[in-house]
Amino acid sequence: MTFSESQLLDAYRRMRTIRDFEERIHTENTTGDIPGFVHLYAGQEAIATGVCLHLSEKDYIGSTHRGHGHCIAKLCDVKGMMKEIFGKQGGLCAGKGGSMHIADLSQGMLGANAIVGGNPPLAVGAALTAKTKQTRHCAVSFTGDGGSNQGTTFEAMNMAVVLQLPVLFVIENNGYGEGTGADYAVGSKDIAGRAAGFGMPAVRVDGTDFFAVAEAAGEAIERARNGGGPSAIEAVAMRFYGHYEGDPQTYRSAEELKRIREDSDCLRIFRTRVTAEGTLSEAQLDAIDAEVAELIDEAVAEARAADYPPVSELTTDVYVSY
Amino acid sequence: MSLHAVKVPKWGLSMEEGAVVEWHVAEGDDIAVGDELLEVETSKIANAVESPVAGRVVRIVAQPGETLAVGGLLAVIAAAGGSPSAAEIDDFVEAFHANFVPGGDEEEGATAGPQTLDVDGVRISYLAAGSGEAIPLVLVHGFGGDANNWLFNLAELAIARPVFALDLPGHGASTKTVGEGSVASLAATLLGFLDALAIPRAHLAGHSMGGAVVLEATRRAPERVASLALVASAGLGGLVNGEYLRGFIAGQSRRDMKPVLAQLFCDPSLVSRDLIEDILKYKRLDGVTASLETLSAGIFPGGRQTAALRGVLDDPARPALVIWGREDRIVSSDDAHGLPGHVRVEVLDDVGHMPHMEAAGQVNRLLQEHLG
Amino acid sequence: MARKTIREAINEALRQEMARDPDVIIIGEDVSGGAGGSGEEDAYGGVMGVTKGLIGEFGRERVIDTPISESAIMGAAAGAATTGLRPVAELMFVDFVGVCFDQIMNQAAKFRYMFGGKARTPMVLRTMIGAGFRAAAQHSQSLYHLFTAVPGLKCVLPSNAYDAKGLMIQAIRDDDPVIFFEHKALYDIADEVPDEAYTIPFGEANFTREGDDVTIVAFSRMVHIANEVADKLRREGVSVEVLDPRTSSPLDTDSILESVEKTGRLVIVDESAARCGLAGDIAGMVAQEGFDFLRGPIRQVTVPHTPVPFAPTLEDAYIPSPAKVEAAVRQLLDTKPRRMSA
Repeated sequence: MTFSESQLLDAYRRMRTIRDFEERIHTENTTGDIPGFVHLYAGQEAIATGVCLHLSEKDYIGSTHRGHGHCIAKLCDVKGMMKEIFGKQGGLCAGKGGSMHIADLSQGMLGANAIVGGNPPLAVGAALTAKTKQTRHCAVSFTGDGGSNQGTTFEAMNMAVVLQLPVLFVIENNGYGEGTGADYAVGSKDIAGRAAGFGMPAVRVDGTDFFAVAEAAGEAIERARNGGGPSAIEAVAMRFYGHYEGDPQTYRSAEELKRIREDSDCLRIFRTRVTAEGTLSEAQLDAIDAEVAELIDEAVAEARAADYPPVSELTTDVYVSY
Repeated sequence: MSLHAVKVPKWGLSMEEGAVVEWHVAEGDDIAVGDELLEVETSKIANAVESPVAGRVVRIVAQPGETLAVGGLLAVIAAAGGSPSAAEIDDFVEAFHANFVPGGDEEEGATAGPQTLDVDGVRISYLAAGSGEAIPLVLVHGFGGDANNWLFNLAELAIARPVFALDLPGHGASTKTVGEGSVASLAATLLGFLDALAIPRAHLAGHSMGGAVVLEATRRAPERVASLALVASAGLGGLVNGEYLRGFIAGQSRRDMKPVLAQLFCDPSLVSRDLIEDILKYKRLDGVTASLETLSAGIFPGGRQTAALRGVLDDPARPALVIWGREDRIVSSDDAHGLPGHVRVEVLDDVGHMPHMEAAGQVNRLLQEHLG
Repeated sequence: MARKTIREAINEALRQEMARDPDVIIIGEDVSGGAGGSGEEDAYGGVMGVTKGLIGEFGRERVIDTPISESAIMGAAAGAATTGLRPVAELMFVDFVGVCFDQIMNQAAKFRYMFGGKARTPMVLRTMIGAGFRAAAQHSQSLYHLFTAVPGLKCVLPSNAYDAKGLMIQAIRDDDPVIFFEHKALYDIADEVPDEAYTIPFGEANFTREGDDVTIVAFSRMVHIANEVADKLRREGVSVEVLDPRTSSPLDTDSILESVEKTGRLVIVDESAARCGLAGDIAGMVAQEGFDFLRGPIRQVTVPHTPVPFAPTLEDAYIPSPAKVEAAVRQLLDTKPRRMSA
């Protein structure tokens, strides 16, 4: 699979935006101005990007509690996201969802989802819509190694095979479900193999390698659009930060954390490869870095300046009509 | 010697029982045909039961508060001149009860269930009662009504002639499309209805908007109309209660509809929950709101009447009866002023927009006189 | 207009809406039945035959038999609803909600609020409730109180065929997730049902009996028990009003208060639960909003705080009976008017 220059620039921009967004939130969170829990996606950027690069806004994705990366990769408005995370007016969910529930249906983003294993059945539903309406659109469910152990995921996989739905299950194996290692909690230690057991093509790829992810995802999504039914990808990439912001991460060693940053930085891997191959130049990438930094600065400034929603909105939008 | 049973009447298809509210006569009273004997209440509406015969009330069987099945014995009347013994009356009552089966045989002139026919691709539902060679009577309800609005009249009027009461398009169980929603299109459907039933000539009676419809039908096909009876009719004046129409169309719930429907009657207590529920059942049907909006816009835009049809009453050869309630808050009884001298005009006191329901006995008598 | 059973009325509602709107699909276990078997298609048409015949008319693409995977069914319905379909999903027995409540409570119910008013989730969840079938603790519950407690869900409890059709069509056209509770004992109850499509708005109570002395509020099958008691007492001159709220969410509190204002006495008959059920909820509401109307204590006739038992003697004693309702009404009528201190 080959990628055009503009596709690669687009991919880099999405990954860089995710990284900067998450690192900035990591900093901002220490001020105490971000309410509630945040779970950062840094380290896994190549996975969301490698998949979403194949999708349009008419294709749907379901996400997890660690959902910022999926939102950005699916082209949700970064400033609307930042406001949402700060709980402000103008947030993508009007300040009613927060970090764990960012959604933008107009971009095909079905929501970050704070229930582990919550989204796979929903993605199956979005795929059912595509199949019923014969749109050639598809759905992607992002789940983690933790979510891969949930019964909802198994049910969704089986039903997708039974109904031959255009859905891709992406299981991001980042090594830990909260504070418990995947090597311990995934009994077979082979998430892709387990998905294959449901009767769908399933592969395991290096989640720090944008090209590996994008290739596997492109093939699976093409198959889904052509009526070939569901597929699964197990993409392995460690998260840079803890399960949640403030997580002391005593379950993994300092040495492991250091090694992840040095050896498994998908952005550095990407940059090295495209500049070595000469498909993109350092200058092009630096320009994107600068633009993204400015965007994130603006997003934070605007989010901080925005008002909280008025108390009158407490009881609105529970129902369409009641 | 002849004894006559006064029985719980059947007002409309769904009525199964009635409760005695109060007696207007006592045992020993002499009465004439049509005298109000008592008030009977159903879950939908209360109404007077009138004496079917002249004579003397010799036994009141059902007391206020009692609920009886339709056809149940209310009182015994001895025909004029008779003076039965107490034992004879006891035997009569006993025999009646021994033979009475609630919900058993249908009353004379009672209506069967609704029937349907096709008029130019529109399904029209109608009630039919009575038989014989006399010129049939066709009853046309008003805006938002249906054939059942004539529940107190149909059986009574059908004693002497065939009577048909149709559901206009957009109403009752008829198709919920009203085309352009004009008086003209409704009148065309009415004439098509007569064709479908092979009725060459009929007496027409219309209530409110239905009055305008029968007037327009007469204008189009005068040879087919033997006489006209107009009850609280549209088509004779310039105005209509637009607030009522808006409320009727918009109302979704019992609480919305109650004050709207109260405007129909002089006595608003007639608006029972069951009466409202029946209207809501109609309004909930797909297509009804759109039909009513179209009709309202076409016939009563902004509370004004588009159909000016007084001239139809100019022909002295066609008997015409105009009935109005003095307390009508929907179409003013002032519209009955200034009609040609040959038109009989009766304005009833303490009656609102629904004289055929609120003063059914009086209206039935007037119609019977009018129809001959 | 013809007499139709609740089963027929729901089937007709589904058929008419599927014919009207290609986005309406049916999904669940054995909604057709026979998929992958050696026998006939549409073998079940739903375990109670409610969806019978629909696959013949609309095909497998729109009448979808699923594996026994309630989470996947509920989630697929919710996901399909937010992306453009109007699924009618079936949770065969409401007891099975234990394995899939997340997809209903945390997902479908929350999308609209959690996403800042941008989502619509027009799904219907049909499910069976009710004791009386010797089906014991895991197939007999009436858990509508659980769903009523969840903001974002609407809860519909038809007691007769007319309501069943109109409420089902409203549920399908409604843009919020609607839980439609069908009582096993009522499927064959028939009444006059228009052939045409119609909708009954949610939150509009139905007065099945009018009266002045006592108000009985009852849901679903309990409406019939309340009617039976009202008819019996009426022959003795006691005038009982029976109010069927039709929906527990939204709840027509205005009609309940209007009736209690008239009668001054309230009995609530409820099959959901002895604790934290609809009876307690309504009693609390009336105590707060209508205290001055009351001439005696509010009486609740509910199931006991036990699982549904199996043995016939026990199950019969579990279900609120006409005798218990009648006793509650009589007890209330015998209560001396409450004396208000000065």
